[in-house]
Amino acid sequence: MPLPLTLPRIRHAAATPGQYALALAIAAFLVLTLVLPVVTVVVVAFKDTTGGFTLVNFADFFGNELFQRSFVNSVWVAVLTVALATVLAMPLAYFTARFEFRGSALIQTLGILPLIMPPFVGAVAMQLLLGRNGTVNLLLQDWFGFTIPFMEGLNGVIFVEAVHYFPFILINVTASLRNIDRSMEEAAQNLGASGFRLFRRIVFPLSMPGYVAGAVLVFVKVFDDLATPLLLNVKDMLAPQAYLRVTSIGVADPIGYVICVVLMLISVASLGLSYAATAGKDYATVQRGGGGLTRRRMSRNEAIGAYAIVGLILALVLAPHAALLLLSFATVWSFSPLPDAYTLAHYTRVFSDSAGYIWNTLLYASIAAGIDVLIGGAIAYLVLRTRLPMRHWLDAAAMAALAVPGVVLGIGYLRAFYAVQLPGGQSLATFWVMIAIALAVRRLPYALRAADAALRQISVSLEEAAENLGATKPRAVRRIVIPLMTGGIVAGFVTSFATAAVELSATLMLVQSNSDAPLAYGIYVFMQSPAGRGAGAALGVLAVLLVGVCTYLSNRVAENGNGSSHH
Amino acid sequence: MPLSQTRKAVAIKVEGVDLSYGDNHVLKNVNLEIPPGDLFAFLGPSGCGKTTLLRLIAGFNRADRGRVLLDGEDITPLPPWKRDVGMVFQSYALWPHMTVERNVAFGLEERGLPKQEIGPRVAAALEMVGLTGLGGRRPSELSGGQQQRVALARTIVVEPKVLLLDEPLSNLDAKLRVEVRRELRELQKRLGITTIFVTHDQEEANTICDRIAVMNNGEVQQVGTPMQLYEHPGNLFVAGFLGTANIIDGKLVSNGPGVAYEIPGGGRIELPGSAKIPLHGRLVFRPQSVSLVPACTPPSPSNAHFLSSVAHREFLGATLRYGLTLGNQEVLIDVPFRSGDVLHEIGAKVSAVVPQSALLWLDR
Repeated sequence: MPLPLTLPRIRHAAATPGQYALALAIAAFLVLTLVLPVVTVVVVAFKDTTGGFTLVNFADFFGNELFQRSFVNSVWVAVLTVALATVLAMPLAYFTARFEFRGSALIQTLGILPLIMPPFVGAVAMQLLLGRNGTVNLLLQDWFGFTIPFMEGLNGVIFVEAVHYFPFILINVTASLRNIDRSMEEAAQNLGASGFRLFRRIVFPLSMPGYVAGAVLVFVKVFDDLATPLLLNVKDMLAPQAYLRVTSIGVADPIGYVICVVLMLISVASLGLSYAATAGKDYATVQRGGGGLTRRRMSRNEAIGAYAIVGLILALVLAPHAALLLLSFATVWSFSPLPDAYTLAHYTRVFSDSAGYIWNTLLYASIAAGIDVLIGGAIAYLVLRTRLPMRHWLDAAAMAALAVPGVVLGIGYLRAFYAVQLPGGQSLATFWVMIAIALAVRRLPYALRAADAALRQISVSLEEAAENLGATKPRAVRRIVIPLMTGGIVAGFVTSFATAAVELSATLMLVQSNSDAPLAYGIYVFMQSPAGRGAGAALGVLAVLLVGVCTYLSNRVAENGNGSSHH
Repeated sequence: MPLSQTRKAVAIKVEGVDLSYGDNHVLKNVNLEIPPGDLFAFLGPSGCGKTTLLRLIAGFNRADRGRVLLDGEDITPLPPWKRDVGMVFQSYALWPHMTVERNVAFGLEERGLPKQEIGPRVAAALEMVGLTGLGGRRPSELSGGQQQRVALARTIVVEPKVLLLDEPLSNLDAKLRVEVRRELRELQKRLGITTIFVTHDQEEANTICDRIAVMNNGEVQQVGTPMQLYEHPGNLFVAGFLGTANIIDGKLVSNGPGVAYEIPGGGRIELPGSAKIPLHGRLVFRPQSVSLVPACTPPSPSNAHFLSSVAHREFLGATLRYGLTLGNQEVLIDVPFRSGDVLHEIGAKVSAVVPQSALLWLDR
């Protein structure tokens, strides 16, 4: 009898019952909290009043002038935001990559700042600074006799979103440029290319994958954003329309679901496009080495020009933060370049009346981040370290949350869980825990990737050594793997926590009473009335501080984690 | 359009080049003259400055002092894109977003050649490196050896004044390396282009290069043909870097009528009476210059000889290598292996003989 040519692999033996149980529990969670609501939304969109399949709802949608306009507006705003964000990001990315430029550190730090504050928080403040009767236009009117419509209608949405989201492009393009092997550029110079031709023919094409990834992210975020247009009083866009249909006409109205399906299709298509454009074109890893472009010193005039551009962009970036801070201390700020007088009253009011928002936020964001870290870590472990059949489906399902806009998830929860009664008679859809779970599902992809990255850095042999010395599988995980993953886990927790704390789109759908509302919702409610703006701004400042501190901590932890794993 | 001998070969001259990065003195007063049409190697261990010097000729590094001349024309102030100096990068640096054809056409396009001229020249270059038919592929779809050829084609298609190769064979496997280096040599001779070849592999440099500059610590140690360098190394570094050498510490003592070299820790080498003995320096000879003779053989006056014992023995195939204990040092000896030879066992006493012509005295 011939001997088998390949021996069975001993490592990664068949999955244990415990691993099956864990996988099933996670699968059940994802089905209930992600798949079911999304499928419900899709099904309702295609159902007629008798429950049969129909395309009538879509025909209604595309036949309606308001929805046509909303669709066009949403695409227009998303495309122009990407364009404006590109204009803001590209010079900064190029300066950092190409020159030995002291402004680089400043760009890297301040360029990330907008991400700390979601766009809706600064939207109203931006109106006071750049709106028709805002600081800048009042001064322009006084001095030069003209105004610039920064914030008129869709312009306002585009402007606010671009200022907030351009760092996604900046970060991705900078990373791409850094990863270009220096010899790529030198080979072109050696063959006679220089200056702009070199940039156009070699540098720019090689940084394309990073640019596409960043641009698509911006497009999707803007397309799905609900709160910014609403606060700027722009209602004829898709996400606001979905929200308004469901909140004003009711959860039974099919048009809201049709809009959700359209939103999702665009999200999926954009992410698919991004994947297609970047798959197999990770130019950075084609060559060994890397090291980025050759950097050179700027001449005096170049440096002056560069600092002027960087200064202008950073002024724009900081404008919402500055305006928010001013607004939070202002007594009255209307039709004047600066507030009439300053007060601490808004902060007093926030702390005395609205402390509930803060506590709710801390509670929801902690629960969401806790769930994310547990499930993200477990999925990463199951995918990387077991031979469980279909384990990659868990990963894919969790990542699919990326393509589901917050408003869609919120509406899905409302529809799917509305009829489920809790013991007290309350609907499950309006139970506060659902807000935390929705936040967890929205943030899970990020926590999962963080856990995955952390686990990949830990050699399997470390775990095997523990088992070899007598530790059972669960004990080896608890005593070896989890301690080594701590850096990644903590960074994932803090990131999930910080971003969940200011998430609004799903929350806006699910909050039923003010007493259950988190910070972001409170800011939204305050900002809607002129009298509440000051308090809204104060709450916004607190949110920014909260997220800022968390982001800082997460970076510190991530750095330490990296330090200890390179031994 | 044929790509051969279209241009007169150019001489390269490097004059007094110094280069530092902060406190790190990477190149120290480098002077070189490379005759037209030569295949010339920069050979040295990693960190010796050979790649830095190559990149300096290509214009990617700036010298603190000194100049580079091509046929007497100073190119030091020119940026890389105006030098017309073709370089093949160690990583090949093929642009992944372009096909093989676009890669090869790049330099011709930058030189503003008309389209109808570019096509045939690209085809000719690809044919020359044996890649006809692969022009439509992406670099990532090619093997390492094919990528290397594309990189070469991309550089020679513009007919640069000189060709610079930065460790061109280091990313190929051992068998392919031998094949490609021979092809490289043939191609270079066919084009007649002055070429510099950077390598840390002495066999590569010895087998295909006309002349070698051995470098260490940012200095050119010696320039010569492979055989000159092997037979007459100018210093201890060159002797040790090219092939294996016994470098023996000791002290000259007078020994009745003759002179002996006394090794610390016991043992001595009797030197031939007619030897020209310098006042200082260390004794150097190659393992294959030594032969083992029966201990009773009378010494010849024209040879150095010493008594020793076998410390270890290695079988290298064509040769046997013995390590002999001499005082506190070890002397390596290579003897041809013939089947049936009687082998010396570990611990055996032997008498070794080195002809006078093989003895070198090097003091640095």
